[in-house]
Amino acid sequence: MSETAPQKSLDVAAFRPPRNQWWDVWDQFKVHKGALAGSLVFGLIVLFCFIGPWLWPYDATFIDIRSRNQGMSLAHPFGTDQLGRDIMARMMAGGQVSLAVGIVAMLLSILIGTLIGVVSGYFRRIDGLLMRMTDLFLALPLLPLLLVMSMLFRQPLSAVFGVEMGMFLLIVTAIGITSWMRTARVVRGDVLALKEREYVLAARSIGTPPRRLILRHILPNVLSPVMVSATLMIATAIITESALSFLGMGFPPDFPTWGRLVYDGIDYLQQYPSRAMLPGVFISLTVLSVNYIGDGLRDALDPRIRGR
Amino acid sequence: MFNYTLRRLLLAIPTLLFIALAIFLLLELSPGDPMADMPLTIPPEVREQMRLALGLGEAWYIRFFKWLYLFSVVEPSHVLANMTGLDWLAIEGQRIISFQTRSPVGDIIAQRLPQTLWVVGLSYIFGIMVAVPIGIYSAYRQYSWFDQAGTFISMVGFSLPTFFTGPLLMLIFSIWLGWFPIIYDTTLVVDSWYDFGLQLRQMAMPVFVLTLYNAAQITRFMRASMLDNLTQDYVRTARSKGMTERIVVLVHVLRNSMIPVITVIALGIPTIFTGAIITEQIFRVNGLGALLITAIYASDIPMVLTLSVVFAILIVLFNLIADLLYAVFDPRIRYE
Amino acid sequence: MKRRSALYGAAAALALAPMAAWADRGEDGHLNIIYWQAPSILNPYLSGGTKDVESSSLVLEPLARYNQNGELVAWLAEEIPTVENGGVAEDLTSITWTLREGLLWSDGTPVTSADIAFTAQYCMHPEGGCAQAARYQDVENVEIIDERTVTVHFSVPKPVPYGAFVSAQSPIIQAAQFADCLGARAPECTEANFYPIGTGAFRVVDFRPNDVIQMEANPNYRDPALPHFATLTLKGGGDAASAGRAVMETGEMDYAWNLQLAPDVIATMAQGGRGVPVSAFGTLVERIEMNLTDPSPDLPPETRSTRAHPHPILSDIRVRQALSMAIDRELLVEIGYGQAGRPTCNLVPAPPIFASTANDACLVQDLDGARALLEEAGWTVGGDGIRTNADGRRLVIDYQTSTNAVRQDFQALIQQWWREIGVEANLRNINSSVFFGGDPGSPDTFQKFYADVEMYANNFNGTDPEAYLGAYRCGYEPRPETQWQGENINRFCDPAYDELHLQLAQTASIEERGRIGRELNDILMQNYVIVPLVDRGRVSAHSVTLGGVLLNTWDSELWNVADWHRTE
Repeated sequence: MSETAPQKSLDVAAFRPPRNQWWDVWDQFKVHKGALAGSLVFGLIVLFCFIGPWLWPYDATFIDIRSRNQGMSLAHPFGTDQLGRDIMARMMAGGQVSLAVGIVAMLLSILIGTLIGVVSGYFRRIDGLLMRMTDLFLALPLLPLLLVMSMLFRQPLSAVFGVEMGMFLLIVTAIGITSWMRTARVVRGDVLALKEREYVLAARSIGTPPRRLILRHILPNVLSPVMVSATLMIATAIITESALSFLGMGFPPDFPTWGRLVYDGIDYLQQYPSRAMLPGVFISLTVLSVNYIGDGLRDALDPRIRGR
Repeated sequence: MFNYTLRRLLLAIPTLLFIALAIFLLLELSPGDPMADMPLTIPPEVREQMRLALGLGEAWYIRFFKWLYLFSVVEPSHVLANMTGLDWLAIEGQRIISFQTRSPVGDIIAQRLPQTLWVVGLSYIFGIMVAVPIGIYSAYRQYSWFDQAGTFISMVGFSLPTFFTGPLLMLIFSIWLGWFPIIYDTTLVVDSWYDFGLQLRQMAMPVFVLTLYNAAQITRFMRASMLDNLTQDYVRTARSKGMTERIVVLVHVLRNSMIPVITVIALGIPTIFTGAIITEQIFRVNGLGALLITAIYASDIPMVLTLSVVFAILIVLFNLIADLLYAVFDPRIRYE
Repeated sequence: MKRRSALYGAAAALALAPMAAWADRGEDGHLNIIYWQAPSILNPYLSGGTKDVESSSLVLEPLARYNQNGELVAWLAEEIPTVENGGVAEDLTSITWTLREGLLWSDGTPVTSADIAFTAQYCMHPEGGCAQAARYQDVENVEIIDERTVTVHFSVPKPVPYGAFVSAQSPIIQAAQFADCLGARAPECTEANFYPIGTGAFRVVDFRPNDVIQMEANPNYRDPALPHFATLTLKGGGDAASAGRAVMETGEMDYAWNLQLAPDVIATMAQGGRGVPVSAFGTLVERIEMNLTDPSPDLPPETRSTRAHPHPILSDIRVRQALSMAIDRELLVEIGYGQAGRPTCNLVPAPPIFASTANDACLVQDLDGARALLEEAGWTVGGDGIRTNADGRRLVIDYQTSTNAVRQDFQALIQQWWREIGVEANLRNINSSVFFGGDPGSPDTFQKFYADVEMYANNFNGTDPEAYLGAYRCGYEPRPETQWQGENINRFCDPAYDELHLQLAQTASIEERGRIGRELNDILMQNYVIVPLVDRGRVSAHSVTLGGVLLNTWDSELWNVADWHRTE
């Protein structure tokens, strides 16, 4: 095998015009079964949440008091809640908020975390300062911080962006700036080790400027812990959002979200177990599918694996 | 290395002072009120009198410096006196007084620490012990059924909030099966095998919930980091030199994969001290996590501030330890 | 004398009726009580929190307290002083209490009138920050007559002199134990605050703040056969649902306090068969408060939500009435409280002498009537179903409340009914420690009322609503000058109301007081400034093997713990 493989790839290279590396990534991603399944499930969840409400006759906040606490039926596939609201419609509406918050907050958190991690790992001079700031953020008690943010920014934000958008921005920022610290510490640890590797030394010795060195040589190599952080962050963000709504800084109470649906369903765990289980399953499915997509991406982006 | 450690420790003092001030100001600004829990039948003038009696009438900087003095001088003397048994070491007079209980904050923390260490500490150790081997094996046999199952369980375990898994376990194991008690008895003294059995039974559910949660995160980082290293050139070199797989994986690859895992574990250890807020509350373990959350809800500033600053000290300390361990695992990392 | 022996007889009959005669103290073993809010301190004078007051009532007792029917009964006192028996002076400026004979503290020392006088001194100390100071209002001094008798002198005539030393909020503490704890030194007395010496059925063995209390029977309790239980554990923390499960489904606990859960959840738990829910009513009313002033964020902070700017929509009584008429209170009760609630149209739902029947029309939902009223007020239905007036203003109101599952269900239901009459409601829920905290810096407190309507529950202590109704007088509204403190949440102001209330404060006859009280209540109701929804009862649960529980919403739930016993 070791004799034929290079021969073969040489042949292919000779006949094929040079192509964008993203095609290679896609080729590799395609063959990753988990990643494909993950993308499919994730796509279905997104369709369910964003296209579903157009097709589904019930409104998430419509109360039909005569048909409360119904089990699963054709009219209400997921049943109805204690006020007779259709749970399927609530799952769809809740998913829109939860997915949006989960993904945007995750991106924000990962962006801040990676930036601070790379900068403080690479530039020794500001390492101390940045890491002490990380310590500070780790030590701040979360709840009072959120309450203060809500007190200071809720009204100005809703005045500028409208109630819902203002709230969304506030929640996403709140989750983002209170959860980047672990990513930053992990990335920094990796960067500290990576920048002493020979290839970085080599790149530096030929005069590669720090920006290019970071983007081309260091960043791709810290991708896997970042990917793990990202998947875990989505789950954390979806659940934190529900915690925020109890503090009164989440969306107004007539906006269902998955996290809140789980919480509201817990008292009814004995009579109607599906009420807390269903949103729980959706959160898990989302996180699982994102995890597999992440796995696939990581493999696809790793040139050492890609060739095999 | 020694110089570096010393410098970091010295630098930690201004850092912690700043953190303490930041937390204090945050709590001052935060819109809670120690009187919020009182029934509305208590009239506003009486509430105002009660606030004054708590010392809230003084300017914020006076209160902060008072607290700082008590925290850095008086309270350590009591801790020292308790540890050595020499009562004369304790400085007489005022201590940090909690708004809720009107009793010294230090005593309550000391009272709560054992529960938290038993439940949260143990589940963290279990979490690490479970997560590291699973992470290693999952990476070594990537996409095997073992890996897939591990991924599934850890992602589900992580994505389900503990406020959901807690009541679910209670329903199954306490109400339907009747194996474990719902109420955690913090007064239980373990001095016989029977009591030990009781302790195990009441600890089972909270420890399980927390272990699952902790292990889920650590496994993911362990697995990802191992995967990165397993494909490196030095692994091929080691194998081609005829080293056994055991040595290759458990010595060479593992050692190089430890950096993210160390970071995550070092970040996790201080959180043992703040306890597991939700889990402790659900199972009524009433450790430090439950203490912190009730103190926050009651706007018990002295309590929240003290707990948070102790937590901050642990964070600074363990992040330093992590930094030092980096250099141990990867000697190329040097701090001058 | 006759009355006293009659009372003793009644008490003995009550205690002995359900069980075999001549029981011994402590023969029923151990009692487990669970409070899902954990007690922090056992001194009700330093914390007014219900959890703290009730748990300390196991140890500390008052001279008199309310029974389960809201009637005042003598407890440590020999009898209730009244004008008729000469205990209360004719001019209503003093009351004379006499202790029972032979009372001992749990440490064996006798209870004397000096302890009573000290209790007043303790709470009235200006630097003490006493939570029950309102009960000692207008007390001039407490005069010691003899070993067992004190006379409390008031600075003004007190038609209802039963504030000090009455009910679980105002028990007698031991002078010897608290002597060094006066005023600013009160918080330093951790030992006394955690292990108070009392006259109650139990004494504290181990107190862990915010966690658990262990107690044992008081060896010096006045009735040698009581309490039936030898030891007691009061566990705190967690949530109401699992507390209910621990009593009704697993049987780990004997008594669970205040189960604020949806009725069908409690019903399912009760099927567990190990325990039964019990409920009782007091004066707690869940209500919607209307803001009569303008909370618009465009106004400067000095005048926003103050009487300087009347509310642009809700100043019209027809709109307020329409909003009330659109609500189906029966359904709210069914969904939120079940057997622990009943629809009400009054701010003062009890006791019967103060409960008005003039407003009961509100019990029937009338959507058409509400729509007609809004039309009459000039609000016509616009394109999207929401009404607008001639100026083009939409009928949109902000509706806030604290975070609580039942309240959010209520919000959703009421939002829908209001939508049906063409009113749009923007919902908001706020963390209760912020909402009920009086932080003047926060925009989200219920006193600041930066919303058009808000929902919460309130009640009054004891059985006399004078102070409660007094909150709605002019000048008592929260405003910037008072640091936003004040109890007149609606900013209601009507000189006629104030005059009537002054009359109430000067009337002693209970029939007259009842009439004036009902009239005051009717003024508020017929102005629709407060829209009462549900008269909320209390639900607790006790084990099927626990007897003697008489749920009392007027005093501590644990008021008669001495009589609790095992039935099997």
